[in-house]
Amino acid sequence: MQTNQILALFCGTLLVLGLIAFFLGRAKAAKVRASGTAMYAQPDQYAWFSVLSTAGPAILVGALGAFVMLLAGAEIPTLYLLAASLVVGCAGLAMGIALVRPEFHARKAIERVIRFFLAGAALISIVTTFGILVSIVGEAIRFFQMQSFWDFITGTTWNPGASFLEAAGRAEEGASAAQFGSVPLFAGTFMITLVAMLVAIPVGLLAAIYMAEFAPRRVRTLAKPVLEVLAGIPTVVYGFFAAITVAPIIVDVAGFFGLDASFNNALAPGVVMGIMIIPFISSLSDDVINSVPDSMRQGSLALGMTKGETIRDVVVPAALPGIISASLLAMSRALGETMIVVMAAGMRPNLTANPLEDMTTVTVRIVAALTGDQEFASAETLSAFALGLVLFVVTLSLNLVSVIMIRRFREKYRINNL
Amino acid sequence: MTGHSAGEPVTRNAEAHHQLSIRVRDLNLWYGDTQALKNINLDVYQKNVTALIGPSGCGKSTFLRCLNRMNDLIPGVRLEGLVEMDGRDVNEAKMDEVALRRRVGMVFQKPNPFPKSIYENVAYAPRMHDLVSRKTDADELVERALRDAGLWEEVKDKLHQPGTSLSGGQQQRLCIARAIAVQPDVILMDEPTSALDPISTATIEDLMDKLKRQFTIITVTHNMQQAARVADYTAFFHLGEVVEYNDTQTMFSNPATKKAEDYITGRYG
Amino acid sequence: MSQSFDEISAQLRRRHRKSARLKWVSMGALGLAGLFLVLFFADMLVKGLPAFQQAQIQVEVDYSEQASQLPLAAVQEDVRPLVSRGYLRLIPGRMEDNPDLLGTTRMEWVLADGQVDQYLKGHHSKLSGSEQTVVERLVDQGRAELRFNTTFFTSGDSKMPELAGIAAAAMGTVLTLLVTLAVSFPIGVMTAVYLEEFAPDNRVTQLIEININNLAAIPSILFGLLGLAIFINFFGVPRSSPVVGGLTLALMTLPVIIIATRTALRSVPDSIRHAAFGVGCSRWQVVRDHVLPLAMPGIMTGSIIGLAQAMGETAPLIIVGMVAFIPDVGATFTEAATVLPAQIFTWAGEPDRAFIEKTSGGILVLLTVLITLNATAVVLRKKFERRW
Repeated sequence: MQTNQILALFCGTLLVLGLIAFFLGRAKAAKVRASGTAMYAQPDQYAWFSVLSTAGPAILVGALGAFVMLLAGAEIPTLYLLAASLVVGCAGLAMGIALVRPEFHARKAIERVIRFFLAGAALISIVTTFGILVSIVGEAIRFFQMQSFWDFITGTTWNPGASFLEAAGRAEEGASAAQFGSVPLFAGTFMITLVAMLVAIPVGLLAAIYMAEFAPRRVRTLAKPVLEVLAGIPTVVYGFFAAITVAPIIVDVAGFFGLDASFNNALAPGVVMGIMIIPFISSLSDDVINSVPDSMRQGSLALGMTKGETIRDVVVPAALPGIISASLLAMSRALGETMIVVMAAGMRPNLTANPLEDMTTVTVRIVAALTGDQEFASAETLSAFALGLVLFVVTLSLNLVSVIMIRRFREKYRINNL
Repeated sequence: MTGHSAGEPVTRNAEAHHQLSIRVRDLNLWYGDTQALKNINLDVYQKNVTALIGPSGCGKSTFLRCLNRMNDLIPGVRLEGLVEMDGRDVNEAKMDEVALRRRVGMVFQKPNPFPKSIYENVAYAPRMHDLVSRKTDADELVERALRDAGLWEEVKDKLHQPGTSLSGGQQQRLCIARAIAVQPDVILMDEPTSALDPISTATIEDLMDKLKRQFTIITVTHNMQQAARVADYTAFFHLGEVVEYNDTQTMFSNPATKKAEDYITGRYG
Repeated sequence: MSQSFDEISAQLRRRHRKSARLKWVSMGALGLAGLFLVLFFADMLVKGLPAFQQAQIQVEVDYSEQASQLPLAAVQEDVRPLVSRGYLRLIPGRMEDNPDLLGTTRMEWVLADGQVDQYLKGHHSKLSGSEQTVVERLVDQGRAELRFNTTFFTSGDSKMPELAGIAAAAMGTVLTLLVTLAVSFPIGVMTAVYLEEFAPDNRVTQLIEININNLAAIPSILFGLLGLAIFINFFGVPRSSPVVGGLTLALMTLPVIIIATRTALRSVPDSIRHAAFGVGCSRWQVVRDHVLPLAMPGIMTGSIIGLAQAMGETAPLIIVGMVAFIPDVGATFTEAATVLPAQIFTWAGEPDRAFIEKTSGGILVLLTVLITLNATAVVLRKKFERRW
């Protein structure tokens, strides 16, 4: 029998059992009640309890069996598993009906089960983080078994080209051994991130200052959603725009000044990424600046300071933890941004300080490693997970620092809406 | 039957100055459609403490904020009448409100030190106003201002700690030091002690008494005893009007109006 | 004695100028962001709007015996390179379906080759001189024109730009988002309900909260790595399928829905809960019958926004293989599929210049849908906004 059929059979039988449980449970409860005995719960609640006691254990056994099969690779014949879970279901049904007694708190039992389910759902987010960590770390360890960790961290040559031959056991045939020195990738990532931050922080912060301190209400209500649109444009669209429109403009402008720029220069993805993260900085900074107490501003103005001085010397310093927090968050975003660099930055690992040259980034290489035709176990494919691990650690640290800073700001001014 | 709102002042102490500092004539103010101040006429004399008293919502704080144009910051405020200082209408178009606030300082109800060190809280404004150019000048000025505010002894060893690390009363004195460091003519105080404990309040009241030798002080207070203790002149505000303006002694011993008497004796408030 | 107003004003002049400069510079920054947005949309419209039109030419189609074997023979030699080969390929099939056609010759409007299309739109084309003359002649005779491009909306991907369309990708997007919604909505709402209404305030709860905030900030590509390692390699979910894409996106959307739901739950005043407890409801009954219904508009708004975000996501889907070449509109959850952003990505990589137009056209469609979704969310929020 096929998996689909087994699944259908399982669900169908369970449905029937559930219906039986519901009606039996209700009938029994109604009968007890009709005989004049006071009960702790409504007949419907007893009915639902019976359903839960039937279906819950059966699904649990089924899921557990399937999971053990996957995890341990043990072959449990699916038919046996099906039979076992259904038997458990029947037992649950019998027990559920037996428990329909006046002194039994069906409602409390249901509440407990529901609470259990809700807590289970809440755990899924933890499991996800854990899953990311396990999947990345696991594969990264396999990579570091093949390649030296030290070379990965300090090497300046990224040349995975020959690794597929090694994976195929034909290492000798490759002209040169594969090299996985990640320094040029991180250099490229930081260069593009730097360009992005140089665009996003001044523009985002100044825009936030304008919206919070100067703008008339009408402008403010209009500008906020317009900036949000910037954040809502998919990154693949930005990538296309950077590659097709911005990069040629930069090449032309550089040419005008007698400079030689590559069409895959780091400036184009950097600038466009900067524009993309403007709203991250402006929106959070705007909130933070708005929550600087007005008494600060008044205190400064009452000393004969101009509005500009008040903003520069009092408001912005007061809001600084929040602004830094926003910038860190934006930076983590820029480091992990993928589509823009995949489409507009180069593929060539290039260790240079000139943003007009082409250079590649961590995320570009991750995508390149996983979209090729390599064997999954090849060093090149696994290198994606090693790179991913570093990316995960860096962005996680940035996020944590950012959260701590914003929390501090919040405590300082006792603000609850940030 | 209003008290002599602009008439000759009756003095409490013979040696007090009676040069005019701020002259207010027919001042009316609206928040949107609500009139908050009605026909205010008031003369404030130099180097005296003038107290503004009255029940909450009577317009005394609003009036205070007219004197250094802090009401400009509130949208929808409309103002008519004359507020004259140094022969100039402070509300005229040519008047630079920043220059006005430079001469009319303000201390607020809640202490609001800047998120800077104690030293910087005081030194910041004088430096911006070019009152000091060298580091030693600044040090001197900070010390003088903190001494005048009676805070020096408590903070001289921790000048570079944040201003927010001080207690409430100390913070308020820091704000006073900050205000006097720019050497204004007038200092407005908006219920400066209402957020403080009794001991800090007493310290600040003493301070006001000392500071009036150098500055003209106008204070809003909720606390009639405070007005009686510190003020040379007292104006009683009610529903946006000045019901009575008199020297403090007369105001508290023999008020000219029934309303002021009722308020002072605690019939309402 | 202190300075007069005029003296102070004179000193202030420079400082006022600086203050004014801050105002103008900051206004300029905001203007810059707005200007970019305008330029961006203008650029996309200029590049993308032509994609909604496609050249068609009127030619004589000869349904001869020979044409059923060799479709090229169906049209005359001079216009042969101008007709889409994709169209010609269909001729034998049509003749089989409709035997009456055999032996007839008809004048028909047919899809032109991509190069003709580019030529008619005034773009660079690879048409030779003589071919251009033929096209000019057809135009003069009214036998070549740009018509609304239905193919773009009804067909899947193709290597021939004139036949490429977004239908397969759109279907893939719909299927993927269905999976995403089916997984992330219940789990997200349940998590939020647990954290807001049931959870004790202990370390585990705090850990979950910090974790959710962090999850929202993890680079999307790492979710792709998770999908690849866990869903595909471990659980054996079929690669490139809407199921694996949907599951991956569901994990990304989860924090958005959780955070939105928590905000919505928190905005329901406690008095409602107290009233319900007061009439003897249990905690779950209070949540189910009183709190959740009141919070629903907020939850819906958050879910729509989360869905819109998921819809534009590309990187994790590339990692789980959803960049497949999908020429036919499929409708299963487990077979290889692609999504709109991934389609845009593949087209952007095509060397043929005609695909720039297709890419931009695809982007316009995607942006239209996204803006509509977000606008719906805003309208929903406005409409059901309730002040307590």
